[in-house]
Amino acid sequence: MTEERAEKFLELFNKGKEFTEELLRENQRLRYRLAMLETESAAGSNDEIQRLRDEVQQLTEENRRIAQRFKEVEEENKDFANRYIEVEEQNNNLANLYVASYQLHSTLDFREVIQIVQEIVINLIGAESFAILLLDEKTNELKTIASEGEDVMPGIESISTRLGDGVLGSVAKTGESYYINQDLEDGGKVTLDKPLAAVPLKIKEHVIGLVVIYKLLQQKDSFSAVDYELFSLLAAHAATAIFSSKLYSQSERKLNTIQSFLDLLTTTS
Amino acid sequence: MASDNANFLVVEDSPTMRQLISFSLKRFKNARILEAVDGVDALKKLSGPDKIDLILTDINMPVMDGLKLVSLVRQNAQLKNIPIIIITTEGAEEDRERGLALGANAYISKPIQSSHLIKTISELLTV
Repeated sequence: MTEERAEKFLELFNKGKEFTEELLRENQRLRYRLAMLETESAAGSNDEIQRLRDEVQQLTEENRRIAQRFKEVEEENKDFANRYIEVEEQNNNLANLYVASYQLHSTLDFREVIQIVQEIVINLIGAESFAILLLDEKTNELKTIASEGEDVMPGIESISTRLGDGVLGSVAKTGESYYINQDLEDGGKVTLDKPLAAVPLKIKEHVIGLVVIYKLLQQKDSFSAVDYELFSLLAAHAATAIFSSKLYSQSERKLNTIQSFLDLLTTTS
Repeated sequence: MASDNANFLVVEDSPTMRQLISFSLKRFKNARILEAVDGVDALKKLSGPDKIDLILTDINMPVMDGLKLVSLVRQNAQLKNIPIIIITTEGAEEDRERGLALGANAYISKPIQSSHLIKTISELLTV
């Protein structure tokens, strides 16, 4: 009986031993599997991190490129804005020039042309005190034919100077515009013979007179760069307009004289 | 722009100035520009069929000057709300002040800067 129990116990013990061994094997296998999985997992996350790092670097680079492009576009915008202002200004000047020349050539009446020149000098050049002088080719004398702002510069209504004399005479002789140098020791003091500006009215190289500026309107401090250009172009248009209107009035006068003479002849015959 | 499709009345006795101002106003899209040579002519245009959105007037004009025109426009029930810009010359501060006191909305000085004119008009017509 005792033997039978001992055998059963032994059998049970053996089964327990086998089971324990099997458990140990399984344990071993699982530990091995765990170790494998841990290794795989570690390798996987390293790849992911690397991939993400690469992506971050790419995005940073792209960001830098976009920021750089943005800066360039900003600069381009500023350039365009400045250019736009310049074009606008140019456009205004051209429009002014167009209107002025259109008006100057819209009539052949001498007094009307002079009136238009005066309006242009006031409204486009911005002059408060100025004189328009014409050259008498017989006497070689420059004389005022129209003026504005006599209270500011007394005497401008009756300027009379010989070709080649003083600033005005020299401008008429050389055909070169004169602009006062305000940096001189006398502070660029304006006098009757030393104006702010004197621009010849010339047709090609033939000077027929001058536009002489003595004072600008209060809101206009000085001549701007474009004023010089505008002034010269206007003076050229004014010269042809004055010259043709003068010729027209002369021819009208001659025509009237001839007509009267013919009338007289036909009446007497 | 609020100033697009606007009808402008330019009151100025000098044809050169009238043309210069009208030329500047052509910047406004579909702008219609009516011109008058003095205050009386302006009142005739204002009583015509065209609805005027803004008046630009010189001060010194024959027949009826700009100040009288401003005063009459402001007294007229139908016209009193039309914005008016007076065009003044240097040394005419008194005219400028009188013009503004009579009801002009703004002033511009000669020589007229086109960009300044456009800006002033745009501001007045946007309000």
